[in-house]
Amino acid sequence: MRIVAEHLSYTYNAGSPFASKALKDISLTIEEGEFFGILGHTGSGKSTFVQHLNALIRVPSSMKKYKPKKPKKGEVLPPKTVLTVGEFDLTHKKTDFRALRSKVGMVFQYPEAQLFAETVKDDVAFGYKNFAKEKPKAEEIEAAVKDALEIVGLNYEEIKDQSPFDLSGGQKRRVAIAGVIVTRPEVLVLDEPAAGLDPLGKREIMELLHKLHREWCKTVVIVSHDMDEISENCTRAAVFSEGEIKYVLPPSELFAHSEELLSLGLDVPLTAKLCAALKARGVEISCDFTTEDFIRSVLALRR
Amino acid sequence: MLKDVAFGQFYPVDSFVHRLDPRLKILFLIAYITAIFLAKNFVGLGACLFVLVLIIIASHVPARKVLRSVRAVAFLIVFTALLNTLFYHGETVYWTWGIFSVTKEGLIFSAFLVIRLLLLVTCSSLLTYTTTPVALTDGIESLLTPLKWIRLPVHELALIMSIALRFIPILMDETERIMNAQKARGADFETGGLIKRVRAIIPILIPLLLSAFRRADDLGDAMDARCYMGSKNRTKYKKLKFGWRDLIAFLLGAALVTGVVLMRIYLVRAI
Amino acid sequence: MNAIEFKGVDFSYSEDGAFAIKNLNFSVKEGEFVAVLGHNGSGKSTLARLTDGLLSADKGEITVFGTPMTDKNLYTIRKQVGIVFQNPDNQTVAAIVEDDVAFGAENIGLPREEIGKRIDFALKAVGMEEFRHSTPTRLSGGQKQRIAIAGVLALKPKVMILDESTAMLDPRGRREIIDVVTRLNKEEGMTVVLITHFMEEALLADRAIVMNRGEIVMEGTPADIFERHEELITYNLALPRIGYICKQLQAGGMDVPDTLDYEKLAEEIAKCVS
Repeated sequence: MRIVAEHLSYTYNAGSPFASKALKDISLTIEEGEFFGILGHTGSGKSTFVQHLNALIRVPSSMKKYKPKKPKKGEVLPPKTVLTVGEFDLTHKKTDFRALRSKVGMVFQYPEAQLFAETVKDDVAFGYKNFAKEKPKAEEIEAAVKDALEIVGLNYEEIKDQSPFDLSGGQKRRVAIAGVIVTRPEVLVLDEPAAGLDPLGKREIMELLHKLHREWCKTVVIVSHDMDEISENCTRAAVFSEGEIKYVLPPSELFAHSEELLSLGLDVPLTAKLCAALKARGVEISCDFTTEDFIRSVLALRR
Repeated sequence: MLKDVAFGQFYPVDSFVHRLDPRLKILFLIAYITAIFLAKNFVGLGACLFVLVLIIIASHVPARKVLRSVRAVAFLIVFTALLNTLFYHGETVYWTWGIFSVTKEGLIFSAFLVIRLLLLVTCSSLLTYTTTPVALTDGIESLLTPLKWIRLPVHELALIMSIALRFIPILMDETERIMNAQKARGADFETGGLIKRVRAIIPILIPLLLSAFRRADDLGDAMDARCYMGSKNRTKYKKLKFGWRDLIAFLLGAALVTGVVLMRIYLVRAI
Repeated sequence: MNAIEFKGVDFSYSEDGAFAIKNLNFSVKEGEFVAVLGHNGSGKSTLARLTDGLLSADKGEITVFGTPMTDKNLYTIRKQVGIVFQNPDNQTVAAIVEDDVAFGAENIGLPREEIGKRIDFALKAVGMEEFRHSTPTRLSGGQKQRIAIAGVLALKPKVMILDESTAMLDPRGRREIIDVVTRLNKEEGMTVVLITHFMEEALLADRAIVMNRGEIVMEGTPADIFERHEELITYNLALPRIGYICKQLQAGGMDVPDTLDYEKLAEEIAKCVS
């Protein structure tokens, strides 16, 4: 499913003294099959954007109470907002938002905070049962839960009857992810999927996301502060700052703008720092900013 | 100022009323409520209304904001007024039906009651519009201090209140996050009967409680680590200060109460 | 004098459960900066809690500046040892920054003027003076943790323990915290125990300790520990990306030393290729 946003704006607490513009007329297209990165600080608008994707935040024109404004004489209306995910038009009132949510999985930061059921099995089944059109059979549920737990790398038989609260941190996160992907979403959105994990845990989660991207969800969108995570994994990345999108580029081109990124208060990957430090010493390196390509390029220089 | 607002209906502008000592505002509210109930005629209530309008103007809170707080209790006010009109036994009867009757005295009494309730609600909400929750807790703690003599754990109560205030926005955020996470998993909080809705709360309530307990645990450790041992030998950094503004407001409040009392004594017979 | 000393300390969370800390002997000198590394569940946080008397040892002896850890000395020890915890949201008591920083100082009964001075000092030390009247809810994670550090500093402790205080922060927040503690150590002579699972953060320490299953398994300067990177991996600790790059360049036949400082690595690469 292709994601298209055009002229999308959003204001929190509109019309009150606390009003704050979170998105200012942004446009962005994410193609099917991408492993897309979204960068930016807290408050840059990236979370607001991402929450639009499965209608946790709704475009005003899709709300029941919405009445289109009639332009006053001489007034120019702002350009029409477009927001589509595959065949779903998110600006329309009659869109089946439940069906949309089953197709766009959303993994929040620290997703283990959403665990609630007595057993791992029940927790993972929650989403499956909620989205089912008719009451699913027990075998169907079990099969779906088993598949979801196994793809995230857990042993179904061992873990299914345990309490999710007795698991280790990394296991909890996997169970929480299984609870989202159990409906086989086509788009999987994750907010800081590796936050708070130790380095090994981080690496394992990134490996898991690649596996999911290959075998389970066509499009993966990750929101991250960690530039190394973006440079190593993403096909393209969008940089959000103060409600606007500054860049949409593949990492190999994006991190050539190191100075601009730093001036936005963002970090750059280690490889970009090394390239800049080398350039300052008169050594030009051309690489796509992945660790492996950097090493290859440096070694190639010597030979 | 905006960023200092924790939550609630505090209206972030800078005004004479906003800057008053919270203790004074609380005392003023008590005095004002007393005045409302002492006023036995429309002149007395008129005086109270006049003072309230003055305060609203001085507070820079827009009138429609103030009136919104009335809307929340409108049903209650209408209901009370209706009951009083129908059941009040007066002399000049306009209409009767069974046990119900509408009398002149009943109508006057109800009108009185409605005005009183309106004034009461408006001035109470004005306190929360113009005082941050933090200032309010400080004020309450300071005013309750004499009760330490009867062994009321004033310090602990105030600490509990201020920690609650501090964590309410965090827990509200968290509730929203968990709700969003469960909504994204297809949870439905908006449709269905009572039982279905109550059941729908469980996936929010359990994670929220667990998180609250974990936070409480963490906070307890952090407080212990910072040498918290209860109120024993504890000092306080912030002392509330009473300034010229407070003096003016104090005089105004005193004048109002005295005025209403005098009117009650001397004017009652006149009307 | 040793700031902290553990002698044969055992601790377990449940009666019959596994040891969280097993026969631990460990000391930190006054003014030293020690990094304690270990994956989640290695016992490193238990170490912090034992040092401050939030947990009490099953066996063995713990002393802080020569004062043995007993119920009677708890208050004395806590005045000397400050802890900054992991979750930036769960450590602030008050809804206004200065009130929160004042909390500890109020607890030990300091006079008002002194508390005011300590707030000035503590907020300045963490570079948060301008946020004195703000509410913590609206600050970033790194700023919240700096407020937590200030709250500890207001007690003027001699030892500061950071118990995974950077784990929930973004890279910028992590850097802010590491900068603040390094400065406190260098300029104020503060003894620092930095508990973390990020090898990069251990770099600035005088000494690094690696824990695994409640025991100390490696000890030395950060450079020593880094040398033994194969061993680190067996304790579920990853080599930082820059370390990996050094190793790969060496394997490719380039003569660069092990370093975790990217400027230095660039310098060395430039030397090799020119």
